[in-house]
Amino acid sequence: MRELDLEPIRERLAGRTGPDYWRSLEELAGSEELEAFLHAEFPSAVEEGIDRRVFLKLMGASLALAGLGACTRQPSERIVPAVHWPEETPGKALYFATAMPLHGYATGLLVESHEGRPTKVEGNPDHPASLGATDAFAQASVLTMYDPDRAQVIRRVNEIVGWDRFVESFGRVLDGAQANGGAGVRVLSGTVTSPTLAAQLAALRERFPSARWHQWEPVNRDTAHAGAVLAYGEPVDLVHHLDRADVILSLDADFLGSGADRLRHTRELVSRRRPKGHTIDPSRLYVAESGWTITGSVADDRLPLQAGRTFALARAIASRVGVSVGANDDAASLSPAASAWIDAVAADLAAHRGSSVVIAGDGQPAAVHALACAMNEVLGNVGKTVDTIEPVAADPSSQLESIQSLVADMRAGSVEVLVVLETNPVYDAPADLDFAGALGGVRHRVAVSLYDDETARLCHWHVPSAHFLESWSDARSGDGTVTIVQPLIAPLYGGRTRHEILSVMLGKAQQTSYQAVREHWQGRLGSVDFEKRWEKALHDGVVPDTRAAARPVSLQANLASILPAPPASAEGLEVVFRPHPTVDDGQFANNGWLQECPEPLTKLTWDNAVLLAPETASALGVENGDVVTLELAGRSVRGAVWLVPGHAASSATAHLGYGRTRAGRVGDGRGFDAYQLRTTEGLGFAPGLVLKATGDHQLLSCTQHHGTLHGRHIVRSATVEEFRRDPEFAQHVEHEPALDDTLYPNYPYDGQAWGMAIDTGACVGCNACIVACQAENNIPVVGADQVARGREMQWIRIDRYWTGEPEEPEVHYQPMLCQHCERAPCEVVCPVNATVHDSEGLNLMVYNRCVGTRYCSNNCPYKVRRFNFYLYADWNTESLKLQRNPDVTVRSRGVMEKCTYCIQRINEARNQARKENRPVRDGEIRTACQQVCPAEAIVFGDINDPESQVAKAKADPRNYSVLAELNTRPRTTYLASVRNPNPELAPKTKGGGKKGHGGHA
Amino acid sequence: MGMQVFHRSTNVISRVTIFGGLFAVVGALFLLAAINRSPWATRQGIAREQPVQFSHRHHAGELGIDCRYCHTTVEDLAYAGMPTTQTCMTCHVQIWSDSEFLEPVRASWRDEKPIRWIKVYDLPGYVYFDHSVHVNKGVGCQSCHGDVDDMNVLWQNPSLHMEWCLGCHREPEQHLRPRDQVFSMSYHPPADQLSLGLQLLAEYDVRPRTECGACHR
Repeated sequence: MRELDLEPIRERLAGRTGPDYWRSLEELAGSEELEAFLHAEFPSAVEEGIDRRVFLKLMGASLALAGLGACTRQPSERIVPAVHWPEETPGKALYFATAMPLHGYATGLLVESHEGRPTKVEGNPDHPASLGATDAFAQASVLTMYDPDRAQVIRRVNEIVGWDRFVESFGRVLDGAQANGGAGVRVLSGTVTSPTLAAQLAALRERFPSARWHQWEPVNRDTAHAGAVLAYGEPVDLVHHLDRADVILSLDADFLGSGADRLRHTRELVSRRRPKGHTIDPSRLYVAESGWTITGSVADDRLPLQAGRTFALARAIASRVGVSVGANDDAASLSPAASAWIDAVAADLAAHRGSSVVIAGDGQPAAVHALACAMNEVLGNVGKTVDTIEPVAADPSSQLESIQSLVADMRAGSVEVLVVLETNPVYDAPADLDFAGALGGVRHRVAVSLYDDETARLCHWHVPSAHFLESWSDARSGDGTVTIVQPLIAPLYGGRTRHEILSVMLGKAQQTSYQAVREHWQGRLGSVDFEKRWEKALHDGVVPDTRAAARPVSLQANLASILPAPPASAEGLEVVFRPHPTVDDGQFANNGWLQECPEPLTKLTWDNAVLLAPETASALGVENGDVVTLELAGRSVRGAVWLVPGHAASSATAHLGYGRTRAGRVGDGRGFDAYQLRTTEGLGFAPGLVLKATGDHQLLSCTQHHGTLHGRHIVRSATVEEFRRDPEFAQHVEHEPALDDTLYPNYPYDGQAWGMAIDTGACVGCNACIVACQAENNIPVVGADQVARGREMQWIRIDRYWTGEPEEPEVHYQPMLCQHCERAPCEVVCPVNATVHDSEGLNLMVYNRCVGTRYCSNNCPYKVRRFNFYLYADWNTESLKLQRNPDVTVRSRGVMEKCTYCIQRINEARNQARKENRPVRDGEIRTACQQVCPAEAIVFGDINDPESQVAKAKADPRNYSVLAELNTRPRTTYLASVRNPNPELAPKTKGGGKKGHGGHA
Repeated sequence: MGMQVFHRSTNVISRVTIFGGLFAVVGALFLLAAINRSPWATRQGIAREQPVQFSHRHHAGELGIDCRYCHTTVEDLAYAGMPTTQTCMTCHVQIWSDSEFLEPVRASWRDEKPIRWIKVYDLPGYVYFDHSVHVNKGVGCQSCHGDVDDMNVLWQNPSLHMEWCLGCHREPEQHLRPRDQVFSMSYHPPADQLSLGLQLLAEYDVRPRTECGACHR
C-alpha cells in the first residue's frame, strides 16, 4: 500500500472541535451558533420573513459580490507524482476483495480504490453472503473509515502514549499475571468467527490456563442456539433456502433486514416473486410481528401481534401441523383474527410439506426457535429448505451467561485485567448488570475500539482499533465460508487490530496482524503451493472448501416435556427492542450517511422514536413527537412517540442504537437510549411498560409524513389472482396521451438510449441504494434541521406507501429518482440552459451553468431535484476529501443536483467502447443503485436494443410509467408488484389494478 | 415667467451623466470580457516556471524521447500520467549525475519527497477530460499541446476556453491525423487535410460529442 501524506490531516484533527470542522454535519447535529451563523449569512425569505429593505440590500450585495467573484483567477495547482513507480496506476481504479464483519459474520466485498484510497464498496459476486450485493452498512463503511472523530491516539488515563509504551506496560502487567495462570485475565469480545482470532484466543489459554474469554454482542444469536439445543440437543446453525420454499412463515424474524444471510435471503425470496412474463409461480410469505420490519413490510399476509404472544401463536401452529406440544390450544388465548390466521397458515404449511419453511426471530425466546425447528422437522423441510450445519461462530455458547459471569467476577474483585475488544458493554450490556459500576473493581482495564466511546472512557488504556478496511483479518459468512480480510489502506489513525492486541498478550508483540493471519492459513492451506493458494484466496475473496460441514441432527423425542411454558399473557404494554435499521446496535451512530438514511417504514432520520399503533397512542393521549417517559421495572428513559399504522396494539417498538453519549460529533445526543430499559430478563421484549406523557414535544425529522397517493396511481399492485386474470393490469389504469399530443418537440433517439426499469415487486425497502448513491455521487449530509425543512440531498429516495386498512395496511415501496423524462418539464423552465437533454436521452445537469433559480425543481412532477441551500459539501475536512469519488464533481452552494444515471459510469464505458470501436455492451454500465441491490430490482441499459435486460423488463406486462398522463415520457419505468395473499384470510381492500388506491395518513 | 431652478448647463451635465453612465457600464462589461479572455486569466502562452528546470525542447525535441516514455498512461487512461522521480533517475543516475539543474530531482530521490510540479493545463474541477479516447481517435499531442518539442519551459498552448474545445468537436476532420502520427512532433498536415480528415473520421469512427454531459458531470 502506498503511504498517504497524513500529517496535514493529523494536524487538522488534533484536538479540533471548532464549527469549521464538519460543518454540514454539525449543522445537522443542531448546533445553535452554526444555525444562527448560517441564517445570518444566507437568510431564507420564506422562513425568516425578512423585510423588503434587507432583501434589496442582500440582493445588491450578492449581485456585486457575484460579479467580483467571477473575476478571480483560478489558483495555481500542483501535480505531485510519486517518487517510486507505484504498484497501482494513478488515475485507474482498482478493486480488491475483502469482507465486512457485522456482528461477527462476513459479507464479501470488492472495494474500489483510487490511488490507494478506498472510495466505494461493492458486493463480491463470488461470496455466498453477498452474491454481488451489499447493504447500507457496507456502503457506509467507507465514511466510518475516514471519520475524523475516530480515536487517533493510544491513551493511558489522560496521557497520550506510543505503541511501544503500551506494549511495555501492558506486557509487564501480563507477566505479573502469569504467576497464577492468568486467573484474573479476561478478554471480552463480540461474536468471533475469525479463525485466526479463535486460534489466538485458544493459544492464550496455553499461556494463561486460567484466563477466560467472554463474549457479548447486544444483537446476538443466543436464543437461536439455545433453541437448537432444545430441539436437537446441540447448537447447530440453520441455513434457509427461500428459493425452494412455497410457503414461508416468519415468527417475528427479520431475515431480510438482519442476520448474516440477509442479502442471500432477499435474492432468494424475490426470485420466486418475480413473474416471468405472463406466468407466476409465487411463494407466500407469512409474517407475525409486533412492529414493522422490512420482512413484514413485504409479507403477503402479515399479522400484527405482540412479541410476547408469538410463543402462543407458534405453539398453536405447531400443534396444527403435527408437532406434539402437549398443550391446550393456544389459539383461544389470541384474538379471533389471530386464530383465523393460525388456521390458514397451518393449513398452508401442511399443504406444502418439504417446500415450506418456518423461521424464528432472534428476539424471540429459545422455545420459539425450538418450535420452528420442530415444525420444519415435522413438515419434512429439513434437508430441503433448511440445512443444519456446524455452528459458524467460534463459540456458540450463551453470551448473556458469559457477560453475567464476567460481571459477577468483576464485582467479586477476581478480575485483574480486562481487555475489551471492539465492543461497547458500558453502553449496550443489559442495564441490570450495571457494567459500568462493576468495571470499577478491575485493576487494569484496556479498551480497543474505533472510537473513544462510553467503555473506553472508563478504561485505563484505550487503543484505537483499525477499521476493517485497514486490517488484515479473516471472517466467516453465515454458511461458514471464510474470507481473508485484506486492508485497502494503511491505518489512517494508527489503529491496531484485535490480532495485534492478542499477539501482545501472547508475548509476540512484534507479530503483525498480516503475519498472524498468514501464519494461521499457512497451517490450514498447507505448505504445498501455499503462495498460489493464498493469493487466489485473497484475489477471489473466498477461501475454497471452508463452508461449514453439514450436521445431521434429529429432533429430541421429549421436546413437548422440555419446552418451557409460554410467558403468562400480561395485560398492558410491552416494549420490543430491535437493532435500528440504519444505525444498527449503535456502532454506526456517528455515520452521517446512515443517520440521514430514513428508517424504512417511519422515514424518520437522525432520531429513534417510541413506535406505537395509532389506537394505542390515542388511548394514551399522545401524538407524533410527544415526549413520553418509558418506565419498565423501575428504570425509565424519555423518548418521543411516533405513530405507525399496522403496529401491533399494546406494543411499543424501541430501536436500539441511539442515545449515545460518546459516539462522536454526529451521533451524540440523538434519540433515546433504549438499552437503559433492556435487562437480562427481557433482551428481546419485556411486558409491563408504562408510558407517561411529559407534555414536551420534540421535532422529529421525517422525510415522508403521509405517503398518501391523493387518488393518483403512482404505485400499482395486484394479487396473484388479479395478475393471472389480467397480467397487464398496471397498464390499464391511466390514460397515456398520444406521442404527439404535446407542445414539446419530438426528438429522435437513434443510437443508444439509456433507460431504467425498477421492479417494485422486488424492492424490499432495504435502503442500500440510497447509501450506495450517496457514496458514488459525493452527496453531502445536511443534518436533522435541514431534513425537517425538506432539504435532504439523497438523489434516490424510497417512497413508502400504505394501502388497505389502517390496522393492517399493506406496504409498497417505490424507489424514486430522476425519471429522465424525454419531455422533461424541468428543462423548459431553466433560464440558463443548465439542465438539458443529450442525444442518448439523459437529462443532464450542468452544475457550472446553474444559477440556482430552482424553477426546474418547481416544475418537476416527481420532486426528485435537490438544491444546495447551503454549502453542504464538506470542503475542509482533509480525511473526508479522501473518500470522494474523483469522477464526480463536488457541488457547491446554490447549485441544483439530481440523479444522473451515474453519468460517470456511462462516460467511462462509452469511452472504452469507442476506443475499441464497438457499441457499449448490455450490462457494461451498472448504476450504483443497480449494482448494490440485493433484490436485483433495478435494471439499466439501452432501451433501443431489444435484447438488453432493460428492454426486456420494459416489455414486461407489469411495466408502467409514473404520472404517464402528463406525457413526460419518463425513461425510468416501474414494474407493478404482485402479492400472493392467502384468499382464505379476510380480504383486504386491495389498492391494485383498476380499483385504484385508497391511501390513508 | 417662473424662475428657472436649474441653469441651462444642467442639461449638458445630465446628458453627459446619462450617456456617460451607460457608456461606462457597457465599457465595463467589455473590459470584463476582455480580462476574461486575456492571457492573465487563461494563462495562455505564459511560460510557467517549474521546481525543476526541465526542458521539453531538449528531451522531446533534441533527444527525440517519445511522449509516452514519461506520460505512460496517455493511451489507456483519462490521465496522461506524470513521471515519477524514478523515471528521471533511470537516466540521470548516469547522465548529468552531478548537474546543478538536477539537484531538486536528486533531492527528491534522496529524501523520498515527491517533486511538486506546477500544473500547466489546469481544467476546472467540473470538466472531465479523457486523454486516451482522443489519442486513440487520431488527435495528435501537438494539436492541443502545441510544439512542445520547441518549448524550453512549458506553457499552455490554447486558451482552454470551452469554445476552443468545441471548435474541434464540431469540426474534427480539420484536426485528425493518422494514428501512427499521433505522437509525432514533426507531423505536418497535408494540403488536403479535409479529405484526409473525412477519411479518418469514417475509418476511426470519430463521433465527438458536443453535449454538456460529454465533459461536465
